[in-house]
Amino acid sequence: MKIPSNWWRRLGLGSLGMLLIVALGYVVMRSGPLAPTRVTVTQVTDGSLSPSLFGIGTVEARRSYLIGPTVAGRVSKVWVDVGDTVTSGQLLAEMDPVDLEERARALEASVARSTSVVAAAQAQLRDAQARSELAGITARRYVELGAQKFMSAGAVEAKQQEQASADAAVATADANLAAARQDTLRLAAERAGLRQQRDNVRLLAPAPGVVISRDAEAGSTVVAGQAVLRLIEPASLWIRVRLDQGRSTGLTAGLPASIVLRSKPGERFSGKVVRVEATSDSITEERVALVSMDILPQGLSTDELAEVTLTLPDTAPAVLLPNPALQRQADQVGVWRIKGGKPTFTPVRIGQASLDGQVQVLEGLKAGDEVVVYSEKAITASSRIKVVDQLSGSKP
Amino acid sequence: MISLAGRDILHSWGKFVLTGIGLGLLIGVTLTMAGVYRGMVDDARALLDNSGADLWVVQQDTQGPYAESSSLRDDVVRSVRGLPGVARAANVTYLTMQVRASDGRDAGREVRAMIVGFEPGQPAQPGSPGYLVAGRHVTRSHYEAVVDVRTGFTLGQHIRIRRHDYMVVGLTQRMVSSGGDPMVFIPLKDAQEAQFLKDNDAILNDRARTAANPALNRPGVPGLLEAIQASQAANHNVNTVLVQVQPGTDVKAMAESVAEPIRRWKHLEAYTRAQMEEILIAKLIATSAKQIGMFLVILAIVSAAIVAFIIYTMTLSKIREIAVLKLIGTRNRTIAGMILQQALGLGLIGFIVGKVAATFWAPIFPKYVLLEVNDALLGLVAVMVICALASTLAIRAALAVDPAAAIGG
Repeated sequence: MKIPSNWWRRLGLGSLGMLLIVALGYVVMRSGPLAPTRVTVTQVTDGSLSPSLFGIGTVEARRSYLIGPTVAGRVSKVWVDVGDTVTSGQLLAEMDPVDLEERARALEASVARSTSVVAAAQAQLRDAQARSELAGITARRYVELGAQKFMSAGAVEAKQQEQASADAAVATADANLAAARQDTLRLAAERAGLRQQRDNVRLLAPAPGVVISRDAEAGSTVVAGQAVLRLIEPASLWIRVRLDQGRSTGLTAGLPASIVLRSKPGERFSGKVVRVEATSDSITEERVALVSMDILPQGLSTDELAEVTLTLPDTAPAVLLPNPALQRQADQVGVWRIKGGKPTFTPVRIGQASLDGQVQVLEGLKAGDEVVVYSEKAITASSRIKVVDQLSGSKP
Repeated sequence: MISLAGRDILHSWGKFVLTGIGLGLLIGVTLTMAGVYRGMVDDARALLDNSGADLWVVQQDTQGPYAESSSLRDDVVRSVRGLPGVARAANVTYLTMQVRASDGRDAGREVRAMIVGFEPGQPAQPGSPGYLVAGRHVTRSHYEAVVDVRTGFTLGQHIRIRRHDYMVVGLTQRMVSSGGDPMVFIPLKDAQEAQFLKDNDAILNDRARTAANPALNRPGVPGLLEAIQASQAANHNVNTVLVQVQPGTDVKAMAESVAEPIRRWKHLEAYTRAQMEEILIAKLIATSAKQIGMFLVILAIVSAAIVAFIIYTMTLSKIREIAVLKLIGTRNRTIAGMILQQALGLGLIGFIVGKVAATFWAPIFPKYVLLEVNDALLGLVAVMVICALASTLAIRAALAVDPAAAIGG
């Protein structure tokens, strides 16, 4: 009886001891410096990627108008309000004309007076012409009589001089009439100029559009060039997109764009790049492109944020690599390849990248090479590694 | 010759095993406490390692960016890049804040995280996450995030930082702040906004305040107010510029030679790796580390005392059997050997149980617990020494026992 019970105890204790040693062994192998770094590997493949550019932008109007006076003055009336749709030439606001009305009336009176002056000059001319005709007839008669020696030469010459005076009086009257007519023209031109000034205090819409702000009210004084109203053409809305300079390779006009508006995060709108600005921002290190939308959604507001993805043409086929595989050792960018169970660093030269994390490898790898993608910690050439299918935490 | 210790253990093996396990759990707690302390220090080191920098350029007269706040203009990086010896330099912002999941199963859950703003694009830039465990790196310059797995966020989930939603595109591991908060990596421009952008009410109030200032809102100068308000809203600050020096034989000397002109001529502060480690470990986490260290010392002393008492009382409980052994003429050496063997065996079992237990429960801790092999070996030696010392007490008591006690009753 004793021996079996003793034996059982020995077995139990022995197995307990074994269990402890196994647990210790497991613990030593799983943690600490002996534990391998778990990694996942992938085979690089040949393929082409469709690189795209991503930027954020704001909705802007291609054509917006600041409506204001050309001279300083006081606003007298504003006829439209924010949100109103206006047509080309519509009266939007009026500036106070101050004394323009009075000056116009004075000019009207001057114009009327100048017509009277013309009439008087015409009458004077007719009078002078009549006198001239009479003097001419008289002078001819005296000349004939003088030739027959009925008149003295002195009398004839006196009549001839009278005729010359009468002719000169006609010329004077003629010049007076022309002067009066020119004066009329001048006054008419002045009147027209004043009318222009009168019209200038009326602020008209230069194009059809929507009023987006009303910056001055009746009674407020504005300087020349200051806006009283702002108009935009709602059909001309586009998006000013800012793209990181470092990732704007291939940005040209005509690229297709996919647009997500902040107000409609679930919808994608299509569009295309219509202009790439020739200057870029040196402070924010961004380039600016203008993207028009194929169909303008209802209720689009200016200055709304938009996320814009531009699609570039597919690249030529090359070796593709997921971007977590890229590491840097000293000055070289490369990947970790597994050779004989040991990681070795292979420098690569990379080309374009797509937004879904694929990178083109131009040199250093060929299709079918196995490279490390994910790792639990940073790998060095002396790391012990263990290849697994998936690392913890990657499960959704 | 039969093993007296083995026979005794076999005789009362249940008691022995239970005592060993109890002892083991106590040793496990001590090892874990050491791990907590090491983990704290390692968190600080991990922060420095993961930044991938040889040099930290921060605001003059500050010990930023981790220990103090520091603010630089973001164009400083360009002049730093031009210095001889600099291989790469990148702007980085750090901000610790609450991050909220905006969708997924755990929508609305908040996580305390350190937001790192880095310049995405180039592979392995300073400040970017060095390695991933899933997903991909950030490819867009806005609204994407790589998070540490400790945040609990999953790939494809959206998280909210201030007024923007960011999609989690990659997961990384062991990227923590010096306080152990997991990191969330987002593009620099978004991070600058998150760090310095005021809330909408504050912006509106500021606009009204500027508009009410007659010097800034002059009637004769249209456009002045708008220009001032636009300049108030823009932010071009970062917390630090991380610098990698050109690789060579002596990175430390190179870093120091790059730091010198930055301190002297750029009127900024530059810290090398060693200086940064000094700031973090000696200044930032010094008090809390000492707190844990003090507790560790007390725990170690208490554990040693308990181990000694257990061995002593275990021997005292066998005092009658020892008296019998003496009575039948067993030599003192044999008795002492039995007690010593039992004590060392108990110590060994306790250590193994403790080590295994500590390893298994360490990952459950909310902050990182680093169980170092050196600590474990030191612990093993300490346990064995304590057991041996405690057994001498017990041996003295055993040898002092009168053989007559066996029959004296």
